Amino acid sequence: MMETEVDRELLEKIADMLGKPVGAFNIRKDCGCDGRQSTEHIKIDNRTDGKSGIDIRILDGTVGETCHIPVIITKPGVQETVYNDFYIGENCNVEIVAGCGIHNCGEQDSRHDGVHTFRIGKNSHVHYSEKHYGEGDGKGGKIMNPQTIVYLEEGASIQMDTVQIRGVDSTKRYTKIVCGKGAEAVVTERLLTHGEQVAESDMVIELNGEDAKGRVISRSVAQDTSSQVFRPCVVGNAKCFGHVQCDSIIMGSAKISSVPEIAANDTEAQLIHEAAIGKIAGEQLLKLETLGLTEEEAEDCILKGFLA
Amino acid sequence: MLELKHVCYAVQEGDAQLGILNDISLTISDHKLVVFTGPNGGGKTTLAKIVMGLVQPTSGQILWNGQDITGLSITERARLGISYGFQQPPRFKGLTVRRLLTIASGNDKLSKDQCCQYLTKVGLCANDYLDREVDASLSGGEVKRIEIATILARNSQLMIFDEPEAGIDLWSFARLTETFEQIHAAGSATMIIISHQERIISLADEVIVVGDGAIRHRGSAQEILPQILSDTLGGCPVLSKGGAAQ
Ligand SMILES: Nc1ncnc2c1ncn2[C@@H]1O[C@H](COP(=O)(O)OP(=O)(O)O)[C@@H](O)[C@H]1O
Ligand SMILES: [Mg+2]
Repeated sequence: MMETEVDRELLEKIADMLGKPVGAFNIRKDCGCDGRQSTEHIKIDNRTDGKSGIDIRILDGTVGETCHIPVIITKPGVQETVYNDFYIGENCNVEIVAGCGIHNCGEQDSRHDGVHTFRIGKNSHVHYSEKHYGEGDGKGGKIMNPQTIVYLEEGASIQMDTVQIRGVDSTKRYTKIVCGKGAEAVVTERLLTHGEQVAESDMVIELNGEDAKGRVISRSVAQDTSSQVFRPCVVGNAKCFGHVQCDSIIMGSAKISSVPEIAANDTEAQLIHEAAIGKIAGEQLLKLETLGLTEEEAEDCILKGFLA
Repeated sequence: MLELKHVCYAVQEGDAQLGILNDISLTISDHKLVVFTGPNGGGKTTLAKIVMGLVQPTSGQILWNGQDITGLSITERARLGISYGFQQPPRFKGLTVRRLLTIASGNDKLSKDQCCQYLTKVGLCANDYLDREVDASLSGGEVKRIEIATILARNSQLMIFDEPEAGIDLWSFARLTETFEQIHAAGSATMIIISHQERIISLADEVIVVGDGAIRHRGSAQEILPQILSDTLGGCPVLSKGGAAQ
């Protein structure tokens, strides 16, 4: 595994992986398995229903363990849909690092559609992070369409951090989280598009159980002629709390549409949404220039901070 | 040494030219602490911004250590050792106090200890602030003190502070004046402080009263303070006298 420089670089970019990861992992490369390790508490197996992808089972009470499941595509023209199912027991606290890196130097499009389903047991906490990254100067598109479906049982929680910074030509993401009693979902989304890239993100958080909480924090930057559409929606079906916050910086001739939605079906549901789109404030650039940065450095610094 | 030669700044207001600064000439020698004071709208901030390069004068020259910097960018002036603490500092979503101080210092490895020292000097308890973002969650007074801390971190040869006292509680204000005194005593920088505070004015080697876009009066703190105090009590003799040394 990890033969080439390209592989190493992609894996580091998307999963902060330097060498073989500690704990459980599964590395998918160009539609094949490029390394796998289960642990005593985290079992990774091929699916049994014929679809490509893996089943990940995490035993009750697994605490402090990690599971890395990066996907890399290094050949042009690879197109795949992969189904990964997570079965997480009760009283766990685990970190799952996914991510997809595409290196495309060819003429044909490369596309990865990852469908992830999480079933998270009572009182378990999952930190799920997912980075998307594309590179290579061929004409072939780098396309990623992730779908993430999460079911949170009583008292369970997920913190989901997604990042796509540069390089992905087209993305259509769909996220759905269903929260049971006292469950909590915190989703942070970071996105930067440039060139002619397009990005769309649909999100639904259903707060079904009493005292469920949902929070969406979306920050994005659209440069050049790229375009972005956000449709985060929080639905309150019980006494619950939900907050959606979308914040975007628009540059060049980009287009951003931000459509946060909140829907209440219970008088005890308390839901808030905020959305803002604006350019970088001139005063911010000037201030950083007075600290010795050039205009370009100042802009870069503001964007990095905003997307951090 | 900072020299302004016949600096004018005018803006177009409909068909008419509105003079904001009218033929300002002055010299500030190294390691001096000079206070600019005078009524609101007199042109103090505009003058400071012209030195920093944030505003381009309509005519006139700015010389820094003998070099004509009138045509230089903000960045270039910053790198030549000029710094300016904004009267109304901008906020930054996503930039932490620590990051901002690090940028200001120009030292990517600025230690936590050093950051803390800068914050302490403006009366902020460092541990509460280092990792906070300089965003809307901070009060005006907090943002203002962080702004001043960035100028301290920059440690440049010329430091310009624009109404540093604004929005600051008494205790922090005392801490801040001490800091100005220390810098002055150490002779490590030239300071221009735009201020209305008697306590700050009294620290000055020289006080310059700016009104209606011109220098109305220059003198020592001992000379100027009594006049300012009497102005605020009865009319505006200094300003209406209009007679300023050069
Ligand atoms: N770009 C501008 N356009 C119009 N008026 C301006 C501009 N810049 C400054 N002024 C005016 O010039 C005057 C001086 O402003 P300022 O330098 O901020 O004064 P001070 O700092 O002494 O209170 C004010 O009346 C202000 O409204
Ligand atoms: Mg002012």
